[in-house]
Amino acid sequence: MSVAALTVTNLSFAYGEKKALDRVEFSVAEGECAILLGPNGAGKSTLFALITRLYDTRQGEIELCGFSLRKQSLQALARLGVVFQQTTLDPDLTVTENLRYHAALHGMRRKTADARIQEELERLAMFDRRFEKVRFLNGGHRRRVEIARALLHQPKLLLLDEPTVGLDAPSRQAIVSHVHELVAEQHLAVLWATHLFDEVAAEDSLLVLDKGVIKGRGKLESLLAEHQAGNVADLFARLTNQGAKR
Amino acid sequence: MSIVHYWRALSGIAGRELLRFLYQRERFVSALVRPLVWLFVFAAGFRAALGVAIMPPYETYILYEVYITPGLLGMIQLFNGMQSSLSMVYDREMGSMRILMVSPLPRWFLLCAKLLAGTLVSILQAYVFLAIAWAYEIQPPWQGYFYVAPALLLSGMMLGALGLLLSTFIRQLENFAGVMNFVIFPLFFMSTALYPLWKIKESSEILYTLAQYNPFSQAVEAIRFALYQQWNWTALAATAASFLLFIGAAILGYNPSKGMMVKKGGGGD
Repeated sequence: MSVAALTVTNLSFAYGEKKALDRVEFSVAEGECAILLGPNGAGKSTLFALITRLYDTRQGEIELCGFSLRKQSLQALARLGVVFQQTTLDPDLTVTENLRYHAALHGMRRKTADARIQEELERLAMFDRRFEKVRFLNGGHRRRVEIARALLHQPKLLLLDEPTVGLDAPSRQAIVSHVHELVAEQHLAVLWATHLFDEVAAEDSLLVLDKGVIKGRGKLESLLAEHQAGNVADLFARLTNQGAKR
Repeated sequence: MSIVHYWRALSGIAGRELLRFLYQRERFVSALVRPLVWLFVFAAGFRAALGVAIMPPYETYILYEVYITPGLLGMIQLFNGMQSSLSMVYDREMGSMRILMVSPLPRWFLLCAKLLAGTLVSILQAYVFLAIAWAYEIQPPWQGYFYVAPALLLSGMMLGALGLLLSTFIRQLENFAGVMNFVIFPLFFMSTALYPLWKIKESSEILYTLAQYNPFSQAVEAIRFALYQQWNWTALAATAASFLLFIGAAILGYNPSKGMMVKKGGGGD
């Protein structure tokens, strides 16, 4: 089997005394969409901050496509695409200018960059808006641009940190189905943090994080069967309640 | 990672900074209005009150406006440096700093590239100011306009690095007012930007010492001498040393394991 796109081993992290992650372990293979479910304060953002190297990993190991984030960070980061929870586009620049900036950071040639920008924007039906300033785009369209940006350098792993927060139902649905298409067609590995149960598709893997501890992981169907849960919400309640009783 | 990658990233970061600057016209105008008010109003008023004796690099008696021009160039860069520190705080709040930090390049390089981009913008402002000053008959030798470029580059990098360092301490946008009061004003007023050192010494020995060791004074003197085709090596070396000190501390501050990021919990929950 090929190397997993993301491997997290025995990862712990604390803010001073407060433990945010406790011996977290999981992996995401190519062509797998893993949904990270957890209530607010579960440690999702800390996990993302560690994978994006905002903080250094002190305990445990994170590997991207076999490259250690600590020791081979540049090779590892080159294989990573991220959509952060807050919007990170420059509102004063146009869509194309924002994307070209990102392409430059990844060392892409202008010609290659422009071709990739066209490809990704067309896929998301945003190519006609490429000369508009980001300030004038609505939330859903900004998100699309951010997804296009995260994919420009053709990463192996796409991280999505609650990308649908604040969007209306059609925009949310569009993003959910677009990402699932990418997984199916391009064998992209996706780690998607959310607290919205309806974003989980039947074929997805599930990671349930609560108070810094992984409470359940595996294919949605097998987890449902294992815990005799009728749906994702039910499963989530059971897994996190188990944690509270312990 | 190839050299070409670094070069493309650097041009990308500098290009973005220039575009942002060009799109924000009001920022350009206000960056110019500040030193121009000092030149046209403050300096004109003080011309009578302050006599400036002959001293290097000047070979004749000069008008007060001529004396403070290098100080005002320094002021442009000081504000620009602090403003980019503001933009770092803002960027971090907006998250675009995270986009920069997650790109596959060493962090020291990303911070230096960001610094250089901000400095290029400040040099652009400085030359526009010099052009207006020329029309106002502040006319250093034409070669001085070339000599001053490396001095402006060094002083801009130093003041930008100071701003960068401050941005690791500032958590929120509102704290910028504190930077104005505790950094910009003391640096500017306790320097040779407005009065020569001997003049300060006449009134206060303590102020004299402070002004002498103020890195901003050193930057202003480096600019002043360069504008008259001379290299003030002491000032240049002091500015370079301050730059290394500030940038070193800033890189440490932005280091994911040693820096302030963890203490501040900048990542969310």
